[in-house]
Amino acid sequence: MKRVVLDARRLLCPMPVIRVQDRVAGLSPGTELEAVCTDPGVLNDIPAWCRVNGHTVVETRTEGDEYIVVIRVEPTG
Amino acid sequence: MTKQRKAIALISGGLDSLLAAKVVQEQGVLVEGINFFTGFCVEGHTHAIRKRDRARPKRNNALWVAEQLGIRLHIVDIVEEYKEVVFNPRHGYGANLNPCLDCKIFMVKKAHEWIREHDFDFIITGEVVGQRPKSQRKDTMPVVARESGADDLLLRPLCARNLPPTRPEREGWVDREALYDFSGRSRKPQMALAARFGFEDYAQPAGGCCFLTDAQYSAKLTDLWQARGEKRYELDDIMLLKVGRHLRPAPHFKVIIAREEGEVNYLKGYRGQYVNLAPVSHSGPLALIDGAASDADLRLAARLVARYSKGRAAPEVEVEVRQPGGGVHTLKVSPMPPGEIPAEWML
Repeated sequence: MKRVVLDARRLLCPMPVIRVQDRVAGLSPGTELEAVCTDPGVLNDIPAWCRVNGHTVVETRTEGDEYIVVIRVEPTG
Repeated sequence: MTKQRKAIALISGGLDSLLAAKVVQEQGVLVEGINFFTGFCVEGHTHAIRKRDRARPKRNNALWVAEQLGIRLHIVDIVEEYKEVVFNPRHGYGANLNPCLDCKIFMVKKAHEWIREHDFDFIITGEVVGQRPKSQRKDTMPVVARESGADDLLLRPLCARNLPPTRPEREGWVDREALYDFSGRSRKPQMALAARFGFEDYAQPAGGCCFLTDAQYSAKLTDLWQARGEKRYELDDIMLLKVGRHLRPAPHFKVIIAREEGEVNYLKGYRGQYVNLAPVSHSGPLALIDGAASDADLRLAARLVARYSKGRAAPEVEVEVRQPGGGVHTLKVSPMPPGEIPAEWML
């Protein structure tokens, strides 16, 4: 499975969400996107964005001062 | 078969846009949301910076609204394009640096571009006649429709019956009789409608959704422009204006001092771009220097940093000065007594 990493460190919400949204627009369904962030707000906002736009959160985790959200791109209408 | 009509709703995250979208959705129109990020938006991120606010729920209200409505939400970064609105608002500023009318025109214009690109039929906003002193008056509402280019494709469901019928109403895409005639600053009709729809936990922003309506923030932005000799900013500039104490001892530099641990962590991210100072003999805040500071300026900045450290009562505090390129040196300074810090330095 293809996985791409998005560096969204130092960005404050909603910028990480916008970066995720813009990157997802260019990815094929089934691809996983790993967003590496420093704003803890992403732990709420990226999953919320996925819910309203039909994508799947595979994993969220915290590593030190970084917050990582992995999502799977789903086919959307 | 009747064509499925599609509308894009400007979603700020507040109650009015939630209700406006819901009213149209209830009429069988397919609604999606659009939210614009200008860089000045008051959002959960300021809570994310300040540690004392971290216990508060951090949610993006626009996304929350989209979830309540079950609609898709498109968040659009307009930071660069928005600068012209801030620099030269045709209709002027409000009480502070808030270009509310130009802002609304710009956002509706962007939404109009969006519906043309995505084959949607019309635009929804949560505007209410008389709700806001500048952008939501009976005489300025036609200005928004006209100057945005949206014209009669702009529907305001909460006050539509106070306004001439728009194309969605004339063509029967929506039933005008099922729209509303709200007006004025009272929130009671909106709250009653929210209750009817079963919305209870909606955002009630105090002081608006934009930092440009804030007097202190506007003063800091004005200072930035004066120091640079022109109206100019980058995203990092306007984000930093939301963080820390800003002191300008001289026109050519200012000191940004973190107020608590959350801000220290945030400012750490800028150490590669700015000269930065932190006490090493005592615990204390991280500070950034914005501008070109001389050795004497850095010594002064170090005294300010020492004043906000745990060594503020000590005769001497060691402050480390780091250059973005990696050079480090230490200054031994006496903390500046609070009474010696001129009030005009505090932005």
